[in-house]
Amino acid sequence: MFQYAGYSLLATHYSLLKIMNYEAVIGLEVHVQVKTASKIFTRVGQGYGHEENTLTDPVVLALPGALPVMNKAALDAIIKSGLMLHCEIADVCKWDRKNYFYPDSPKNYQITQFDQPICIGGEVEIELPGEARNVMGEHKKIPLTRIHQEEDVGKLTHFAHDSLVDYNRAGTPLMEIVSDPAIASAEEAYAFLTTLRTTMVYAGISDCDMEKGQMRCDANISIRPVGQEELGVKVELKNLNSISYVRDGISHEIKRQKAVLKAGGTIVQETRDFDGITGTSQSLRTKEDAHDYRYFPDPDLMPVRVDQAWKDRLAAECPERPFDKQRRFMAAYDLPYTITSVLVPDRELSDWFEATVAIAGKPQAQAVGNWIANDLLRDLGAANVSLADAKITPAHLAELVGLIEAGTITKQIAREVFTESFGSGETPSAVVERKGLKDDTNSDELEQWCRDAIAGNDKAREQFLGGKDGAINAMKGPVMKASRGKANPKLVDETLRRLLAE
Amino acid sequence: MSNTPDLNIDRVAELARIALTPEEKTAYAAQLGEVLKHVEQLKQVNVDGVEPTAHAFSVENVWADDVAQTGLSAEDALRNAPAQRQGMIAVPKVVD
Repeated sequence: MFQYAGYSLLATHYSLLKIMNYEAVIGLEVHVQVKTASKIFTRVGQGYGHEENTLTDPVVLALPGALPVMNKAALDAIIKSGLMLHCEIADVCKWDRKNYFYPDSPKNYQITQFDQPICIGGEVEIELPGEARNVMGEHKKIPLTRIHQEEDVGKLTHFAHDSLVDYNRAGTPLMEIVSDPAIASAEEAYAFLTTLRTTMVYAGISDCDMEKGQMRCDANISIRPVGQEELGVKVELKNLNSISYVRDGISHEIKRQKAVLKAGGTIVQETRDFDGITGTSQSLRTKEDAHDYRYFPDPDLMPVRVDQAWKDRLAAECPERPFDKQRRFMAAYDLPYTITSVLVPDRELSDWFEATVAIAGKPQAQAVGNWIANDLLRDLGAANVSLADAKITPAHLAELVGLIEAGTITKQIAREVFTESFGSGETPSAVVERKGLKDDTNSDELEQWCRDAIAGNDKAREQFLGGKDGAINAMKGPVMKASRGKANPKLVDETLRRLLAE
Repeated sequence: MSNTPDLNIDRVAELARIALTPEEKTAYAAQLGEVLKHVEQLKQVNVDGVEPTAHAFSVENVWADDVAQTGLSAEDALRNAPAQRQGMIAVPKVVD
């Protein structure tokens, strides 16, 4: 009997421990502003940082009689986004009114897409952190539910006794990218947003600057016992206004929910506001039933039909997806992962790389990659110059690696030449010529320097002859010094070995 | 088919952010009830085989090119605002 009770107690204890293991289920809703010239349903300009209420017109302010007219470029942008993210593009989509009364929306409804979004399904490829910086992390595909188009709303600033409204943002084309509840951790959410941002910037759809509100993220987070099919009660986290805050906010919320459940409490369905600075969250509202948007089709806007020709035209304009490009760079150019992870996230930089390799030749790809990832980026940073404004061009760098390869200049000298070309735009050959940097040592001269170096380094010579190959380096130094850095290291090595073998 | 469709006038008023007097509630509930009755009547039409559409006209793909135009000046934009300061419309403090 005792035995039985003991067994039973152990079993209960074990099952409790099992239940204590929770897994997170996260879904993200990401709003991305489209970089058009004009607003989504009217032609007044749109943009960030303008003086308050200077980007309005009768449509934005919903003055009587004003009617919306769709912006073709905004449609192109969302279809392109859908193509980049492997969505199915609907043959027909329509516009609906989401009715609510709040001063950010002068019409008292927001034009959006309710039951017929333009992009259906899709997926976002993500990369999780690798075990080290130079190791590629695990890749996963996070499925998307949909992407729909809508208009952004005005911006409210709250004060002690009133709120002020700026309608500049109202009517900015917005895409809402909705993931399936298929994200398992804060790290995955971070990677998801990183891919989304890179993809949007690559395709020229948005700059996705979260500080400017060009990309905004809400996260739906729930936890459940490992192995349970049913989802737990979800909490919506808002105001995650940087990618790092998204990661911190989700991580904090998962911990909070686990703590509530472990203390025997229950999770309440609510919206919480995450404060990235303090790293804490507070409840915003729990009355979810207060939302009743009474969607209905907007009679002012006609449906959009997307035919194959339109999709084909946009597909042709889509750039290569960043991860596809990274895989190609590694396979085609034999580049190490670290170099590709510097080059690829920046479309301009990776184009610059390919332009250089096109001139320098594929065998020089690794050298080119190293020059860009190290010297070019360092000098751009130091001079605070953008790549587009740089005086050095792919032709310059191609010429430079060619000069090293031909043995005309050493790598050491090449650094100096690079800095010259970077600063002035002078071609590397011209720099070498002007400064007399060419390796102009004749073989007699070189041989003499080598003999002197061997004679002056008895210890190194003995070590080398005794089988310690690395000892040769001690003899190279004086030769390079005598040549003022210009001697071809390969030739120095060969000459030293020949003389030492005598 | 119900003759008196479910209508919660308090809820409708709340969603529209309109404060109604008891007399108004009675009057509007009756009027809105008539509208809903009409909709119930429409529901009786047999629409089997009719494709649902968002519009009565089969017009699609109405749009304009993305060319920015000048809009209203801030002064004009704020002309109808009951209250304003700092170039913005001032509204009673509302936190959603």
